[in-house]
Amino acid sequence: MSGYTSDPRIRWTEWLPWIAALAFFFLLPEYLSLGARILIYILFALSLDLILGYAGIITLGHSAFFGLGAYTAGVLSAKYGLTDPFLQLLAAASAAALLGIITGAVILRTKALTLLMLTLAITAILLEIANKASWLTGGADGLSGVTTNPILGLFRFDIFGKTAFIYCLIALFIGWLVVRRLIYSPFGAMLTGMRENTQRMHAIGAPVYWRLVLVYTISGTMAGVAGALLTQVNQFVGLNVLGLEPSGDLLVMLILGGVGRIYGAFVGPVVYLIAQDYLAKQYPEYWYFGVGALLIVVVLFARGGILGIADKWLRALSRPKSSARASAR
Amino acid sequence: MATSALETQKLCKSFGALSVADNIDFRLAPGARHALIGPNGAGKTTFVNMLTGRIAPSSGRILLGGDEITKKSQAARVRLGLGRTFQVTTLFRDLPVLDNVALGIAERDGVARRMWKPASRHSEITDEAMQVLKTLGLGDDARIRVQDLPYGRQRLVEIAIALGLKPKVLLLDEPAAGVPRDDSGRILDVLAALPADIAILIIEHDMDLVFRFASRITVLVQGQVLVEGTPQDIAADLRVRSVYLGEATHA
Repeated sequence: MSGYTSDPRIRWTEWLPWIAALAFFFLLPEYLSLGARILIYILFALSLDLILGYAGIITLGHSAFFGLGAYTAGVLSAKYGLTDPFLQLLAAASAAALLGIITGAVILRTKALTLLMLTLAITAILLEIANKASWLTGGADGLSGVTTNPILGLFRFDIFGKTAFIYCLIALFIGWLVVRRLIYSPFGAMLTGMRENTQRMHAIGAPVYWRLVLVYTISGTMAGVAGALLTQVNQFVGLNVLGLEPSGDLLVMLILGGVGRIYGAFVGPVVYLIAQDYLAKQYPEYWYFGVGALLIVVVLFARGGILGIADKWLRALSRPKSSARASAR
Repeated sequence: MATSALETQKLCKSFGALSVADNIDFRLAPGARHALIGPNGAGKTTFVNMLTGRIAPSSGRILLGGDEITKKSQAARVRLGLGRTFQVTTLFRDLPVLDNVALGIAERDGVARRMWKPASRHSEITDEAMQVLKTLGLGDDARIRVQDLPYGRQRLVEIAIALGLKPKVLLLDEPAAGVPRDDSGRILDVLAALPADIAILIIEHDMDLVFRFASRITVLVQGQVLVEGTPQDIAADLRVRSVYLGEATHA
């Protein structure tokens, strides 16, 4: 997918998600708020894929960035009257970047299980701060009264979620362009090197630790923007953006879709959130069972996630053709 | 003082009461073809790990081209021109052969941090990587994933990565380890053709290879330098025969 031998041109299949999103907009207007949520989670998952799928950093704390971004946008709007949508995004991105540098510099000296626990600890600490500082964050009741100006002074966030959907779609599109560029660049190739073999990276002279801090910060910034989008769309922030649960959900989504292949981050949230929406309506008490069962099936039988299965089928389909070509020679 | 390519002064390493490197004074001349041999447990691997910065010495100094590097990180030493290969193949197994070499060249050139232009369009990197692969006879394997290569060729990729870094000093840690005897000739050919200006230290068990390749040999026994000299000196040395060659003939 990345690296010095890959063709960086955009294939036609890579336009399919965008065509699907536009079709969704026109064909399912009553589901646009679910759609916007899915787009936000795709951006969030994309940021996780960058560090987990490419750089090989395992984390259960990515919600720290998402939640910090969400609360930064929310608090600035509700308490300090900052209602410009882009300034809210910028503030959220800056806060998340700062958190990325500071926590990354501390925890990325560790790896594996220690790292996993530290990432979890950071989001748990932020959750507790958001819970206790209720004068600022609204605590367990959540923060309401968040307002965001019309985008470019023209497009008001409407109750049908039309503006929200297109706004999130554009944000995701930009995020996708940036991530795709990164992945195909020498930096992206270097990330796969760190995932594949840290010892070898040291032996070719790469300052591994600083590179990890850098990519962790980039990824955290994106996650912060995704969190701010959620606040703007919902006009509300609750404690459910922080802690283990949103991190775990996100990880499940990415594994479901396929890790380390960009588009796994698209497929996972779509399947997960639609399944959640449907199952939660049909079987409100058991919907997690359905998601759990799905995850077990994917982990046991399809290590590459849903896209991994799709790859296998496509290869199986094209194999007869290529062997025919070989025998013709 | 004549500069050496790589030098250690009174290098010591002990783990508790166990001394695995005991006052090693070692000098690698510029452009040298030098072999480090010794029986199992002599401390060869520890010595190499101290040279590369993987473990810190208990005391003593390490100089690269006359500059002290004792406290420098592994990566910093590499950037100063100290390349190495690993005894146990240490490659980016899931990446194509070309990328394995290109990643190193990109680090050396300072391109590895660039985030915009696609990697495959950095032709200065890919061309040079391809050139290195061709000189080692790996040109046809460039797009194959390393893990799909036969083991002997994986060993050559180890050498290719190191060469891509254009090192001044190259440490070859058992380059023919695990390679079937029939294929080790290919590795020897590659070693013989390495650029003459690189100072090479080879750690090797295969005595044929050592005596054909090296013009100087250092024998390490129990963490100490037993003797150093030309291959003829070493072959004639009775202590070496009793300690090492006699033991190794069963191989």
